[in-house]
Amino acid sequence: MRPLGIATLALTLLIAAPPVLAGGEQVVVEDPWSRASIGTSRPGVAYMTLRNTGAEPVVVTGLRTDLAMTPMIHATTTDAQGVTRMSHMEEMEIAAGEAVALEPGGMHIMLMDLQRPMVEGESYTLSVIFADGTEASVEVPILGIAARGPSD
Amino acid sequence: MTRLQKGLWAAVAVAALGAGGLAVTVSRAPEVATSGASSVAAEFELTGHDGVVRTEEDFRGKWTLVFFGFTNCPDICPTTLAEIAQVMDDLGPQAGAVQPLFISVDSDRDTPMELAEYVPQFHPSILGLAGTPEQIEAAAASFKIFYERVPEEAAPDGYTMGHASQVFLFDPDGGFVRLYGNGTPAPEITADLRARIDAHG
Ligand SMILES: [Cu+2]
Repeated sequence: MRPLGIATLALTLLIAAPPVLAGGEQVVVEDPWSRASIGTSRPGVAYMTLRNTGAEPVVVTGLRTDLAMTPMIHATTTDAQGVTRMSHMEEMEIAAGEAVALEPGGMHIMLMDLQRPMVEGESYTLSVIFADGTEASVEVPILGIAARGPSD
Repeated sequence: MTRLQKGLWAAVAVAALGAGGLAVTVSRAPEVATSGASSVAAEFELTGHDGVVRTEEDFRGKWTLVFFGFTNCPDICPTTLAEIAQVMDDLGPQAGAVQPLFISVDSDRDTPMELAEYVPQFHPSILGLAGTPEQIEAAAASFKIFYERVPEEAAPDGYTMGHASQVFLFDPDGGFVRLYGNGTPAPEITADLRARIDAHG
């Protein structure tokens, strides 16, 4: 192939496939925080805001941390009678340019099978895994057991 | 069927038979209260996290804030406990007129000892109350609240709980006053309590 042909091919590829950021690069994690736990027998919790700065929707498909064997996204819902329940969300989509807030009484990260107690003042690394296989990692500070928000 | 399952099914049966379902009654409770014909009552015999058996009679003379949950609940229960803790701090000297009660609907896991480890971490004034499945069922029927087990494979023992998430207020004579909906900010509850305590003298 002549040099011009290669250049043309490269140009064609660029036009056909505009740069798409991987989920792990286009999602910004803001205000992560956790409450301290008492021992390891009860599930822990983590909250944060996931902001999709990209032009494409992203889908969260999993979580990973060495703090808990089974971290999962839960949705707390309250019905018209005030009855609150938690349910597991297998996937969570974040639309382009949108942010999803995981906050008390709403969606949250449930940390099942804690491997060590969550101690106030310490922190741990949590990785959010996207459908394209990329990840975004964040250091989550552990606040007091009665903390009500990221600045408590 | 385990003992707890039986208890829960009995609670559901009671709910279905009485007043067309507990859930409906709870949603109407504030209306009922203002019409002066409340059927919501606090009637219970439960064990405090200090090991002392309590009934509603033990709290006469105080404004009582009652709410329900379970200690394996890392989201909504700590959120409510922390709000109530804030209310108690903000009330200052008037906090002495108020008794918060956290009733566990998870009789299988939440013993008084479990509650003793958990509830006081939020505020020393909050009393955790535990009971047998039958005692919890009877208490729930008097408050007209709903609770159930929700299967969750990854959770400890394979379940979490669904439960009423409002905070109930009773006056010093034990009469039902009102509900604070799930998520009511602490300052709103504090202001409401202050006004009532002041008016009551
Ligand atoms: Cu959860």
